[in-house]
Amino acid sequence: MEQDVIVSSDGTQEYFINMGPQHPSTHGVLRLVLTLDGEILEKVEPHIGYIHRSIEKMCEKDNYRQIIHLTDRMDYLSAHINNHAVCLAIEKALEVEIPERVKYIRVIMDELTRISSHTLWWGVMGMDLGAITSFLYGFRDHEHITEIFEETCGARLTMNYNVPGGVMYDLHPNFVQRVKDFIKDFKVKLVEYDTLLSGNIIFLERTKGIGILSKEDAISFGVTGPAGRASGFSCDVRKKEPYGIYDQLDFKEILYTEGDTFSRYKARIDEMWESIKIIEQLIDKIPEGDFQAKTRNVIKLPKGEFYQKVETARGELGLYIVSTGGMNPYRLKFRSPGFSNLSALDKMARGGKIADLVAIMSTLDLVVPDIDR
Amino acid sequence: MTNEEFTKTINSWVPEAECSEEGSEFLNVIVPKEKLIELITKLKEDHSTHLDYMFCLTCVDWPEHFQMVYHLKSSDLDHMLVLKVNLEDKENPEVETVCQLYRTAELHEREVYDLFGVRFLNHPDLRRILLTDDWEGYPLRKDYVDEINIVSL
Repeated sequence: MEQDVIVSSDGTQEYFINMGPQHPSTHGVLRLVLTLDGEILEKVEPHIGYIHRSIEKMCEKDNYRQIIHLTDRMDYLSAHINNHAVCLAIEKALEVEIPERVKYIRVIMDELTRISSHTLWWGVMGMDLGAITSFLYGFRDHEHITEIFEETCGARLTMNYNVPGGVMYDLHPNFVQRVKDFIKDFKVKLVEYDTLLSGNIIFLERTKGIGILSKEDAISFGVTGPAGRASGFSCDVRKKEPYGIYDQLDFKEILYTEGDTFSRYKARIDEMWESIKIIEQLIDKIPEGDFQAKTRNVIKLPKGEFYQKVETARGELGLYIVSTGGMNPYRLKFRSPGFSNLSALDKMARGGKIADLVAIMSTLDLVVPDIDR
Repeated sequence: MTNEEFTKTINSWVPEAECSEEGSEFLNVIVPKEKLIELITKLKEDHSTHLDYMFCLTCVDWPEHFQMVYHLKSSDLDHMLVLKVNLEDKENPEVETVCQLYRTAELHEREVYDLFGVRFLNHPDLRRILLTDDWEGYPLRKDYVDEINIVSL
């Protein structure tokens, strides 16, 4: 008797599942096509571009001041750090000396952004694995930082607070006190995070030894940020190529060697402690002075190529500007951390169970606008 | 490794390569496209250079040619280098893929193919990534015209 269905030797059949673009755990419009053998993943193929806005093309038409606000629409959870990258690149090209006060403000804001992004990630990661409580806890703390931002920057998410040469306005008079209150409060909360998830036996079962990425693969795929460092790839831009005042600060680069889902989780939790440490070192010492250096209204970068890296909450953001001396860049490329991190998803998930895919994806902390640009 | 040492090493491997530091913070090496794979393999595998981390891959559309730009870094030695390949044929730009050496290139090359129309030879899965499969033209080329979506000032 002839069979009309192709089956493998053990009588099973390979099939496809479409995950996304509307799926609660892809956190945005990311679509994955999964090839499955039973519940074992044979291939994970990402399909991206659902919210591609061609930011790089837009930048070619915009002047340098207009580019800044486009970058916080990329990785909206690291908005301030993205803005920082553009400003650093412009300042480097123009050789502008920026006031000390600005450097302090920018680093404090960067670290607050990192904490706010990680708290949100922590909440969502718990929810992806079925724990609603963590989602509420994470959002609660995220909200406190958002309020601090709102008071000084006037916006809650896409802050657009950096300008070439400094920041747009001076700090709000309440800023220092509110940050101190937050840090005091958050140190207690962060211990709670550990109690809720990090030591939870169900959580450990679902994350330990799952989705392993070796150090060689992390380097080859260009996986940076906490995800890369969890595999032992020392790639913290703040340490390797310090910008702002990071070279004067005392903080550790978090490195793990296991490369599994749990170490990626742990790397982010530890990173929050380091961010707290950085803010505590700076918050009482913000020097008096100008909050902006004088720059020309119309910015023209000299002819040449400029590359600026910063460490966002997700990894290394690179900004490659090719200038021909005009008011707009000739070519501008954003090397977004999410794009490279996503490319390693197949490597991590292949051979594992379909249920683990969501946990692995959570620890990559993908933000889709950052991938699609 | 300093830039002078890089220049010396690279010239001993591939004499055609042009090294310069002009207008950039990195050492820029322009290499003929036939020699790209030979040089990049050596740069990655030699212990003195060991450029194993590609942190950026992109393309620039110049009036006379397309220029592929590879930013390379060593994960343990911490030095950096920029490799460039000029693709003179603007009608049909083609270059060998580097994704056997750097896995990150797989998606980055698809992006360059999608937005610039540069074809990567021997790429395992070369198709559009950000735009839909039936999209016409390559948006990041300078001569791309889209009267509906792009408002020129």
